[in-house]
Amino acid sequence: MTELIEFITANLQMIYIVILMIFVGVEIIGHVPAVLHTPLMSGANAIHGVVVVGAILVMLGSEPDNILALSLGFVAVLLGTLNVVGGFVVTDRMLEMFKKKK
Amino acid sequence: MEFILTLIYLVASITYILGLKMLGHPKTARKGNLIAAFGMGIAIIGTIFIYPKEVPMMIYVLIGIAILIGTIIGWLVAKKVAMTKMPELVSIFNGMGGASAALIGLIEFHHYQGQTLSIVTILAGLIIGSISFSGSMIAWGKLNGTINKPIRIPKYNIINNLFFIVLVAFAGFIAYQGIDSQLYLYVLFVGALAYGVLFVLPIGGADMPVVISLLNSFTGLAAALGGFLYGNMVMLTGGILVGSAGTILTFAMCDAMNRSLSSVIFGAFGATTSTATDEASRKIKGNIKETTPSDVAILMNYANKVIIIPGYGLAVAQAQHIIHELEELLIKKGVEVKYAIHPVAGRMPGHMNVLLAETNVSYDRLIEMEDINPEFPNTDVVFVVGANDVVNPAAHNDPSSPIYGMPILEAENAKYIVVNKRSMKPGYAGIENELFYNQKTSMLFGDAKDALGKLVSELKNM
Repeated sequence: MTELIEFITANLQMIYIVILMIFVGVEIIGHVPAVLHTPLMSGANAIHGVVVVGAILVMLGSEPDNILALSLGFVAVLLGTLNVVGGFVVTDRMLEMFKKKK
Repeated sequence: MEFILTLIYLVASITYILGLKMLGHPKTARKGNLIAAFGMGIAIIGTIFIYPKEVPMMIYVLIGIAILIGTIIGWLVAKKVAMTKMPELVSIFNGMGGASAALIGLIEFHHYQGQTLSIVTILAGLIIGSISFSGSMIAWGKLNGTINKPIRIPKYNIINNLFFIVLVAFAGFIAYQGIDSQLYLYVLFVGALAYGVLFVLPIGGADMPVVISLLNSFTGLAAALGGFLYGNMVMLTGGILVGSAGTILTFAMCDAMNRSLSSVIFGAFGATTSTATDEASRKIKGNIKETTPSDVAILMNYANKVIIIPGYGLAVAQAQHIIHELEELLIKKGVEVKYAIHPVAGRMPGHMNVLLAETNVSYDRLIEMEDINPEFPNTDVVFVVGANDVVNPAAHNDPSSPIYGMPILEAENAKYIVVNKRSMKPGYAGIENELFYNQKTSMLFGDAKDALGKLVSELKNM
């Protein structure tokens, strides 16, 4: 129990952010027309590519002789980048097609 | 320096919120995407270059190479892929993010021994990321047809749930006992991968968009857990935002199909469906009427109003250009032409809009379901191209049908219905369509591009 209280006190700021972000996420999506569901999903997909930041931190924090951590980290950065770059580019391509006719 | 990084993360978080918000409106969507991409770019660059500790050059080089390879592959694939393949691609990219999160967990597990809550965070990220990865790969296989039947082991619901409970219990055991065992860790990893497969396999292909959206929010959650672990604000905000927005989007998609999320996951398209299908197909009486391109051309030529209902078959056949040509030709002949867009036509919501937009079909000709349904009774010809389940009247009048209750395009109310299909094979939901047996319906068999090409040249000669 004390551990939990300590945890909450230590991470209060993050807990606030989590709760507020949940509401922001819900509010933002609100009433989106069905037409935009796919691009929106794709855009959100690209944003969770932010996990690449974590992968980079792993690599930066690795010992230079820890081959296993470095190679797994390498793959993690690569896959995360794929997620980010591919995600944003594909979303842009979808939306580009919407735009032409205006 | 670290203050600058904090600032960068703050700006990046704002761009995600703004970007997602703008993605929700047709006019601002593209700019929103670019804004979020910009935020991501500065967050990544800031993370690399503003790191408090000394880091060997070799590691920087490795990171650079990984980012370079990822960028090139991601860019090329995203640019080259055909419009029809985009849903699959989103699924793959989602899986990559999940895998990345899982790998982070694998590496960091050993480093946080003794800090129970950190270990819990790591293991949760590992499990969720792994499920998202393997689930997305199965979803990808289903979308491109490699895995085309829902595969169900008997009592799969119970087995899946038990499996998941065991998985979580095992993770809890590792964390609580503070066991620093790589073996246990990898067993957990493989178990989570297996669960992802079990989770998606029983779900029908038609529901894949919902599944991908759900897995999308899972990956968001996994990223957020990473943020929690490192106290990294940009991962936390980005991850939670996608997690919650993705969940809402998942529900919105279910709504569009009039299904509940639990019926998607636990299977209203379940084992009972196959027997119901057999009965339904036996029940349908009547003959199908085959027609020729020239007959259809005559029919359309003298029509006042034609409504086109596009479906996945149009996308597969890459017939979006030729259908636009048909539309223009008919308009020139004084026929009123509209497209009826079912919210889940194709493989993803908005799939048809994207496809038709590619060929410059005017926005105002694409009419959404609620607005077009009242127009069918005074429509002369409805032309169904490669769509099936979205016009199946069984959704209205057959309570035993697995799609019962789904809103459909009421094509049957038009004076004539022409259906272009490759064969009489049932659609994605795997059920018969009595519309094809309707007195007013005639079938124009053949590949959409082929059949439409012939139809257009017949029309030109009139």
